[in-house]
Amino acid sequence: MRRSTLLPALAIAALLAWLVGYPLLMTLLEALGLGGPQGWTLAGFAEFFHRRDEWMALWRSLWISAASVLLAALVGVPLAFLFERTDFPGRRLLGAIVALPVALPPLVGVIAFLFLYGESGFASRAVQSLLGLSAPPWRLVGPGAILLVHAYSMYVYFYLFTRAGLARLDAALLEAAASLGASRARTLFRVTLPLLRPALAGAALLTFMTALASFSAPYLFGGGFRVMTTQIVASKLNGELALAQVETVMLAGLALLGLGAMRRADRAVSVGTGVRGIAPARKRLRGPLARGAAGLFGWLLAILLLLPHAVLLLVSLVPAFTWTAEPFPPVLNLENWKSLFTTPEHLRPVVNSLWMAVAATLLAVALGFAAARLAAIRRDRVGGMLEGLIVVPWAVPGTVFAVALATTFSANQPWIGRFVLIGTPWILPLAYLVRDLPLTGRAALAGLRQLDPALEEAAASLGADRRRRLLRVTLPLLRPALAAGAGLAFITALGDFIVSIVLYTFDTRPISIEILSSLRLQDLGMAAAYGVLLMTASAAAFLLWGEGEAR
Amino acid sequence: MPFLVLDGLDKSFGTASVLRGLSLNVEKGEVLALLGPSGSGKTTALRLVAGFERADKGRILVDGADVTGLPPERRHFGMVFQHYALFPHLTVGENVAFGLANRKEGKAETARRVDEALALVDLPGFAARRVGEISGGQQQRVALARALAPEPRVLLLDEPLSNLDPTLRERTRRELKAAVRRVGITTVLVTHEQEEAFDLGDRVAVLQGGVLHQVGSPEDLYERPATRFVATFVGRASALPGVLEGDGAVWVPHPAAASASPVRWSADRAPEVEGMAPGEPVDLVVRPESMAFVSGNDPRSLAGRVTERRYAGPVTYYQVALSAGREVEVLAPPSAAAVGDTVRVAPASQGPAPRIFRTLPLPAA
Repeated sequence: MRRSTLLPALAIAALLAWLVGYPLLMTLLEALGLGGPQGWTLAGFAEFFHRRDEWMALWRSLWISAASVLLAALVGVPLAFLFERTDFPGRRLLGAIVALPVALPPLVGVIAFLFLYGESGFASRAVQSLLGLSAPPWRLVGPGAILLVHAYSMYVYFYLFTRAGLARLDAALLEAAASLGASRARTLFRVTLPLLRPALAGAALLTFMTALASFSAPYLFGGGFRVMTTQIVASKLNGELALAQVETVMLAGLALLGLGAMRRADRAVSVGTGVRGIAPARKRLRGPLARGAAGLFGWLLAILLLLPHAVLLLVSLVPAFTWTAEPFPPVLNLENWKSLFTTPEHLRPVVNSLWMAVAATLLAVALGFAAARLAAIRRDRVGGMLEGLIVVPWAVPGTVFAVALATTFSANQPWIGRFVLIGTPWILPLAYLVRDLPLTGRAALAGLRQLDPALEEAAASLGADRRRRLLRVTLPLLRPALAAGAGLAFITALGDFIVSIVLYTFDTRPISIEILSSLRLQDLGMAAAYGVLLMTASAAAFLLWGEGEAR
Repeated sequence: MPFLVLDGLDKSFGTASVLRGLSLNVEKGEVLALLGPSGSGKTTALRLVAGFERADKGRILVDGADVTGLPPERRHFGMVFQHYALFPHLTVGENVAFGLANRKEGKAETARRVDEALALVDLPGFAARRVGEISGGQQQRVALARALAPEPRVLLLDEPLSNLDPTLRERTRRELKAAVRRVGITTVLVTHEQEEAFDLGDRVAVLQGGVLHQVGSPEDLYERPATRFVATFVGRASALPGVLEGDGAVWVPHPAAASASPVRWSADRAPEVEGMAPGEPVDLVVRPESMAFVSGNDPRSLAGRVTERRYAGPVTYYQVALSAGREVEVLAPPSAAAVGDTVRVAPASQGPAPRIFRTLPLPAA
């Protein structure tokens, strides 16, 4: 069976290399002076290290990411223990709500925080009027604001990974520790936490990479506090493409170091005992006081977590320019929603985002599935290359890809695979496709790995040829995994801000760009309405994903 | 000409040679069991026949035609997988009908064949059930029905009973045997269970380390094992060191420090011993039922002490440590001896005769 898959595998690998690897390579080469006036030069990099604001941005990206990991762990790990190890009224519902922030597109989360805790947000207005202050009690800017948003959206990784790790834990191990005379603290530190290490390491690296690539929070809350992603976009918008390329190479290098660490941690995951026992039973909280406290804490937490969503919905009902100094908006109606669906100007971004997201998702599913299937069949170097090419865009920050695509597809040199796509309607769907590939590809790969190879062999021995095996056995069995991947890919493309801001044109402006311009025009209601739209789509996609995972 | 011929099959994975020169013939309607420990190459042999792997060397013939290069979907063989490999997204009926799609028959005809196949495995009326809803034993039978429905030329069974719990296994084995006999199909079965191989196979082929040791009827294997591996892998046996003596079939245990004069047992010679000269060291392999406790004055007896007694209901096994430094297992009535008793053992009058093999080369230190 091997020989016949070599050609398609090489063809897919070449296509992926052109989409994923080539733009990164071109950016590196141009940062080194390719096609520039001086020929090959390290001048760009020299300048990078000479300018204080440049390496400050690099340093800030690093420490913000590290601090995000710490904060996310401090919130996520205790919550995971609470929800996995104890039982109290409402645990199941609350446990699901706690995972909610991950379903919020980053930009939407950021504007929700703005409406809630920003200078003129609900919380600050409430405090201001309560205490009779003449100015808002705080300003939501700088590293503190960025970290607040990161902690809110990224603790979920620690929460989910730790819960999964705890659920996999064999109760017999804890009982063995207890029977050997270990106290609860000793059991926690000598048995439970060491066994959770792979899960915690996975969550830490995922958080680190996400924080490193984070753009919306630093862009809207950073002010003068620039991290690498915002620095790159600023350079690009200032027309300093050469500098932006050098910055991009630096950030990509940092991210690839992170990916290397992540893969090593991935390999270390198999420390487990091999024998899967029964997960420890939940401790039922019995006393009325404990139950009451847990319940109260739970509901307060839920309110806190749901506030951004609620505020977004509320602000979407505030017509433009009707809310000035009052602590609560005086007028609430459906004006914004009516206008969103009836004014062509307002509907345009929705239509744009929809068709681009659908196109990117469909292509990403097809390409991701083809690459994953070939990688699963061929366990040789070509297969490994396919797998690597699928994963790379996941580790490389979106801003890096945006600049890389802008670099590569702004010249017309068809003989080396470069076309002018910048300024055309094709560049955004292409960028979304690259961003979506790891989501669909990894989902397909995971699905295929779980599939018993004997099923296809059984179909073959029953006389089914390759086409029929694919259509009747493999695809139907992979449907949940593919649907989950497609759902994630769709919302990623639909809500994308990070590559859109670099690559959009006025005619292809997506929802996120329209949110930004509504904010600039002080039309908060309209921005919120778009946000609610994205939030709803994301929630639906996550439900689909959850269903796929549950199979 | 046999119906299915495996002719000199070689297969390696990377540097590991898994199968070396395997040749086997299966007559039409015969059931051949491939028996061996894990890593013996038996599953690889089956996968070569099925077409899931390609042999490095050798040919596979069916009914005189070479199928070595044919992909599995064109071999028209039926296979029952170890974990059944039932399609979880299809119903029982759709699973059974899967192999009928190439026949271009009407819906009614397909439904009739599905019903027939399900009736054959005693699951009538199960067509609409979901695969996940039925028990393990039923899944095994559905897998058999699915394999048989397209009327394949050869049936391949890969450890078909290993996934069932012991209480269910024997019943399912009887049903499997009955169904295969009823259809009368040429069958190759892979198993690591001797009992399964003996019960289901007309003939049994014993593999070890990628090499075929012996192929024959269960009686052949048990009573006349060709190699020392077959003698000890098939059924229980103990090996005792000795010396080959003069005229044909006599074997002398090593002169032991405790016994004054050597004793002589008459024994069969395995083919591999032919041509060996008297006086050469050999091993004698004896089955527990071929040994008995005897009185002290039997000139063929060896002295020993009972170290272990295993009561197994109808029979009792005794482990006897001989003064010569070896152990031998004896089958005797439950009250024959107790642990710690000093006893004498000698070949019994019943049971397969003791059999002489070459000594095993000393394991490399």
